[in-house]
Amino acid sequence: MELFDILLSASFWAAAVRIASPLIFATLGELICERAGVLNLGIEGIMVIGAFAGWMAVYLGAGLWAGVFVAMLAGMAFGLLHATLTVPFGLSQHVVGLGVTLLATATAAFAYRLSLPEVTSPPRIEPFQPWPIPGLADIPLIGPALFAQTPLTYLAFALIAVVSVVLYRTPLGLALRAAGENPASVEAQGLSVTALRMGAVIVGSGLMAVGGAFLTMSAFSSFFFEMVNGRGWICIALVVFGAWRPGKAALGALLFAAFDAGQVRLQQTPIGAYVPYQVFLMVPYLLSILALELMSRRAEVPAALMVPFNKGER
Amino acid sequence: MAREVEAEVVLRLCGITKRFGPLLANDAISFDLRRGEVVALLGENGAGKTTLMNILFGHYTADEGTVEVFGRPLPPGQPRAALMAGVGMVHQHFTLADNMTVLENILIGTRPILSLRLDMRAARARVARLAADFGLAVDPGARVGTLSVGERQRVEILKALYRDARILILDEPTAVLTPQETAALFETLRKAVTLGLSVIFISHKLGEVMAISSRVLVLRHGRLAGEVATADTDRHRLAEMMVGAEITQPKLAERAPGPALLTLSAVHTPRRGNAPGLRGVSLGLHAGQITGLAGVSGNGQAALAALIGGLEAPVRGGMELHGLVPADWSPRAALAAGIARIPEDRHRTGSIADLSLTENAVLESYADAPYSRKGWMNWPEAEAFARRIIKTYDVRCPGPRVPIRLLSGGNMQKLILGRALAAGPRIILANQPVRGLDIGAVTFVHAELVAARHRGAAVLLISEDLDEVMALSDVIHVIYEGQLSPAFPRGSMSPAELGIWMAGDGFEGAVDAA
Repeated sequence: MELFDILLSASFWAAAVRIASPLIFATLGELICERAGVLNLGIEGIMVIGAFAGWMAVYLGAGLWAGVFVAMLAGMAFGLLHATLTVPFGLSQHVVGLGVTLLATATAAFAYRLSLPEVTSPPRIEPFQPWPIPGLADIPLIGPALFAQTPLTYLAFALIAVVSVVLYRTPLGLALRAAGENPASVEAQGLSVTALRMGAVIVGSGLMAVGGAFLTMSAFSSFFFEMVNGRGWICIALVVFGAWRPGKAALGALLFAAFDAGQVRLQQTPIGAYVPYQVFLMVPYLLSILALELMSRRAEVPAALMVPFNKGER
Repeated sequence: MAREVEAEVVLRLCGITKRFGPLLANDAISFDLRRGEVVALLGENGAGKTTLMNILFGHYTADEGTVEVFGRPLPPGQPRAALMAGVGMVHQHFTLADNMTVLENILIGTRPILSLRLDMRAARARVARLAADFGLAVDPGARVGTLSVGERQRVEILKALYRDARILILDEPTAVLTPQETAALFETLRKAVTLGLSVIFISHKLGEVMAISSRVLVLRHGRLAGEVATADTDRHRLAEMMVGAEITQPKLAERAPGPALLTLSAVHTPRRGNAPGLRGVSLGLHAGQITGLAGVSGNGQAALAALIGGLEAPVRGGMELHGLVPADWSPRAALAAGIARIPEDRHRTGSIADLSLTENAVLESYADAPYSRKGWMNWPEAEAFARRIIKTYDVRCPGPRVPIRLLSGGNMQKLILGRALAAGPRIILANQPVRGLDIGAVTFVHAELVAARHRGAAVLLISEDLDEVMALSDVIHVIYEGQLSPAFPRGSMSPAELGIWMAGDGFEGAVDAA
């Protein structure tokens, strides 16, 4: 019964869409990297640096959109580092990715301490406010869920379409996918595998950072060290869940977010009195593992994912 | 012929030199290609053919020398510049993305990268027109991964034609084709030539060079060893130019086959990924006989080799070794039964790259005396064994203690051959034993197999090179989609007749009967 009530409440759906937004940004970012053949395990740290940089920029007086831009630039900088090490130098993508995550997380902590040495609780900023879309926002259930969100959420959903169109309808997308399937096919057609892959990693990292910035600038209004809390790793699983397709991956993000929004609400029902709340916290992850297992059986991994390409080597 | 001499020069290579460390891969090579001709570039593996073409196409940069296309110098090291100038290359290892469609593969990089549209409909129409003009039937919407090797090659050629290539370079294009597919390819090339294209045809197969080219350039050890009009030469003279000496074909003395040492009856094995399993295979390997297995790559050769090598057990059907049904079947059981294996991929399954020659030499026998006792290795014994192989089989190496990855393909294969043949095995599984070797090494390996036949071993020779199978085998089977043809005695079938079986014709009835 309680479950039914939850599913019929507008606040549940609004929360699901809100929770999904940062995941969508970061999942699309990771998907772009992997489609070009690079696994970007820097995602977790890049989300942290994005969350920090956007928030800090606004705290120091920048506008909200300028803050998003700063977050994106910060992500792209770490993306450039990752791309340089993994693409032209061909180093292990696992090691580099984890290194970038550690470095970006530590950089955020360091910069935080440098700029706010005396502060015990982090200062708040004025975050993005919801932009209800006139007319549409009044539709029952769907209205509050989809059309009374902050602009960053609208941007996230618009990006799903943009990334799909670029990947499947443009020469750039074709070349990008080919770089992830067989870099030699790109090289033989006179394009630079290095440029394509580096570009994909840099742009993808920028999106991940915007996903992180969503947390400080739209979902909450402040920065905490633990706030990304494994979302980056979830996004890596979501890319697999979505079989490397933007639409399906975004759907996966929504599904995960719905589990997450649902478990919070389940805790407040009478069941919550008997079951420890930690069990509820586990639910989205357990269900995600299950869904991943079911969905990814037939998924086609980009054939050249994690395979470095050296020009002239046979 | 006079008209061809007057035709314009479309491509001019001048003094191309390329070194890889101490190796001189190309040594001051110069030649012209004219409009509307097919020039064959003939040479052994390692003669520098592919290196030269990779320089021309911009995959490598030459140390010295220049390339001119239609009178304009080509900037070095830029495939894009070569493509723009009208040079199209069909690589030996296809550069296709398997998970993408034919049309997508053809279109990669053909439009400015930042343009917003990709007009698939117009592209599809253009591909269809080119396919019709050049006789290159292929479904533009098909995923490349589902195509046969011959079809993939057609996609590669279409890729070049789509970009208006005026010069086509084909690197060993027939290595993966059936005789029928080869004939179709030649038909396409003849059409291309009449339409004013020029072709460079790289090969080490003399018959094909004689059939398709108007001029032959012979490369030997990185040098241009000769240039002749095809009409003025023959296979023997080309072979001599290529090797620098007379080559000898192995001779098979007549002998009656002995008893069957290994018998398969109606064996089935499971599919593994894209590789078909065996479907009702019956086969007898007789003492003193070489059984050749012909077929296009990927038709179940791997499954048969895995079965005989002990990696795979039959799910249905019977197997007898020396007249007995083996109790269990594993690689160790196969070794114990005296089956020697020369694996298909000497780098991945035949050897362990970073282990020494000694360690590689005892990979199959390290657990037995004298190489180990009571669980302790006897390294001096093992090294002595490696030295014996090195000496007997003329393995050129710095010594038994160096990692095997430092050896050339031919020398690595000689060590593997020595390891396999040292104990005088009764049954020999030779899977692609000469792939990628030069003629000297090929002759050596073939002579060893023939010698094994003479001392009464049963040899199974698996090869994708039909000429090799026909030259060495007492009986030939063709494998297709995991099914085996009847045994054809030596000399009873022409290459064309075997080609029909290799393409799968003749098998339908066999399936119904089974």
